[in-house]
Amino acid sequence: MKEESQIAVETLEIAQKYRPEERFLLAILQDVQRYYNYLPKEAMETVAQYLDVPIVKVCAIATFYKAFSLKPKGKYIIKVCDGTACHIKGSVNLITEIKNILGIEPGETTADGLFSLETVNCVGACGLAPVAVIGEEYHGNLTPASLREILKKYQGGMENAK
Amino acid sequence: MQNKKAVFVCCGTGCLANGSGEIYNAFQKQIKKLGLDVEVIPKIKKTGCHGLCQKGPLVHITPQEITYIHVKATDVAEIVERSIIKDEVIDRLLYFDKQQKAKIQSKEDWTFEKKQYRIALRNCGKIANDSIDDYLEKDGYKALEKVLKTMTGQEVIAEIKESGLRGRGGGGFPTGIKWSLAAKAIGDTKYVICNGDEGDPGAFMDRSILEGDPHTVLEGMAICAYAIGAKRAFLYIRDEYGLAVKNMRQAIATAKERGFLGENILGTDFTFDAEVVRGGGAFVCGEETSLLHSIEGSTGEPSPKPPYPADKGLWGQPTIINNVETWANVPVIINKGADWFASIGSEKSKGTKVFALVGKINNTGLVEVPMGITLREIIFEIGGGIPQKRKFKAVQTGGPSGGCIPEDKLDLSVDFDSLIAEGSMMGSGGMIVIDDRTCMVEFARYYLQFLSEESCGKCVPCREGIKSMLAILDDICEGKGKPGDIELLAEIGAMVQANSLCGLGKTAPNPVLSNIKNFRDEFEAHINEKRCPAGVCKNLTKFYIDAQTCIGCGACLKSCPVEAISGEKKKAHILDEAKCITCGNCRDFCRVDAICVR
Repeated sequence: MKEESQIAVETLEIAQKYRPEERFLLAILQDVQRYYNYLPKEAMETVAQYLDVPIVKVCAIATFYKAFSLKPKGKYIIKVCDGTACHIKGSVNLITEIKNILGIEPGETTADGLFSLETVNCVGACGLAPVAVIGEEYHGNLTPASLREILKKYQGGMENAK
Repeated sequence: MQNKKAVFVCCGTGCLANGSGEIYNAFQKQIKKLGLDVEVIPKIKKTGCHGLCQKGPLVHITPQEITYIHVKATDVAEIVERSIIKDEVIDRLLYFDKQQKAKIQSKEDWTFEKKQYRIALRNCGKIANDSIDDYLEKDGYKALEKVLKTMTGQEVIAEIKESGLRGRGGGGFPTGIKWSLAAKAIGDTKYVICNGDEGDPGAFMDRSILEGDPHTVLEGMAICAYAIGAKRAFLYIRDEYGLAVKNMRQAIATAKERGFLGENILGTDFTFDAEVVRGGGAFVCGEETSLLHSIEGSTGEPSPKPPYPADKGLWGQPTIINNVETWANVPVIINKGADWFASIGSEKSKGTKVFALVGKINNTGLVEVPMGITLREIIFEIGGGIPQKRKFKAVQTGGPSGGCIPEDKLDLSVDFDSLIAEGSMMGSGGMIVIDDRTCMVEFARYYLQFLSEESCGKCVPCREGIKSMLAILDDICEGKGKPGDIELLAEIGAMVQANSLCGLGKTAPNPVLSNIKNFRDEFEAHINEKRCPAGVCKNLTKFYIDAQTCIGCGACLKSCPVEAISGEKKKAHILDEAKCITCGNCRDFCRVDAICVR
């Protein structure tokens, strides 16, 4: 965990890429989310001060949009696509398989901090359905069995993942 | 330039997922190594646009017009050696067209392409996505020049009105009429907005255009800005569309450098600037008033209409919001004329529409077809029919706001009005093909689940109504359905449609109501017989192996994750219902359809 003061300094640096206008609230929070993989409380306070908006407004944005998380996420974020094409090609079975292997529900992170599980609506790779994106890597035409093998590689370390 | 060979490597998200980035690098390396005078152009193009993203990565070579599918990095040296240096065709990498029963050299001759007509997608895949020069070669910014130098704003609006162009984002509102409202509206500053918050699961045409041909969108917006008297534009693009955001930002920067954006454009007194706003991942932001609030830096909740954005939009000023695909049509209409555009399509729906053809279909991809084509032509000719010779059951259009169209309506003409008459809608263009292994009750439940998560919660009918309908559908899928549930769904659905604040709620019950209308027997089987005929709802499904059909190949046995299947080679296998978790894996692996639903 980073020191509060350090988060404030880093966040201010991110925020100052934008003029202090309220319309940039969403954009600044997106950049902060990208930097920390979540929105630390201190960062949200810093942004509120910078834009001179009430903290409640920052909280409203942070909880309204799907892009944001208030809790730290795992090293690898597993995004199982549950877009329509993936859904009818069995994405639910992939989610069940991950639940069985890692013991986490969508929105949760494993105790070791290695994986977070998310379901997303369409990653646009409908021809490869069903699809999961782990970190930045796309994995298509998955079955529960092939997904199990892929997860094993990530558990063994990223250097073996490919 | 013309005689120079060029290699187009499809680098859309689908092909990238299949490793096309690596192939692009390999081409560059190989060509550099041999010191050839060939351009390698990265064709940044979304999956399937040139067809078949499951056949990706796609590589196209000009001027010989050779298209290779499933290219691997290890094929690159051979392609350079044989097809670029020697003009030979490598048979092994060609596409086998099942309908023509032959290998086809160029994608232009694929059956997939035959009935298509590209206007919005005209440049996608044919130009390098990061090159304004490529765009200029294809008549880029000529329409803007024509408008600025030879037409008044009124004339531009009249041209768009006459063309019959209707909004491609779903509603189908006549674009020219919308523009004329904003032109008449009084305001200090007017705005032009591109709605690139493409949220329908299963639709990706807007991203394809933003990634593959960003300048056409900018040009369309600039023409509108001139017509209505606006100076600023915002492009609201989903943050998840990283490549689209990147390419659009780059396009804006180069357009500024070349004088197509900024002050005194093309030597006139017209001034126009554009910037990208990244969406936050909320489906409701596709609704125009929500989108405006999001650009203003607030939560994306809708406002009642009127006032319409054309009167009072962004920061209370007259604002035109059009969808990506609508913008992409505008420069072509100006260049080729309203009469030309109006000659394509059906009586009340002019031009073409891009569809994302996905699901249980052989040729997955983006297709652009003239309005008025039939669903049958799209699915069975362009799409090549249903894989594994399974039975077609329905096609879903309009995403979470649309509905399913059953087999007996396959000859329906695809246009705005006939789809609405069938209880579905055009939507942004998702077209999901469903076979007999999709449960229509669960499918309706899926959309409601999506909508209950995406409902912003501002108005009660949408927030609570969808939740109540979802609870009933959950029960039905789990085997706890009761007589009267269908009627109750219809009643709540009618209430939600009539009383919700915005389009999300007003259309949310459509997937359920249209499925009840067309597939009532499936709902009744779930409720009365506690049986899921498609074998999807786990609590209501029991599989068995038909001993007469089973050939004992062992494919199902290997696919079973819980070892519920046993049997010797070449003898009928047995499925232990007590162990079976009804995942359905075995059904996908069985080649003789021996796994049956009780």
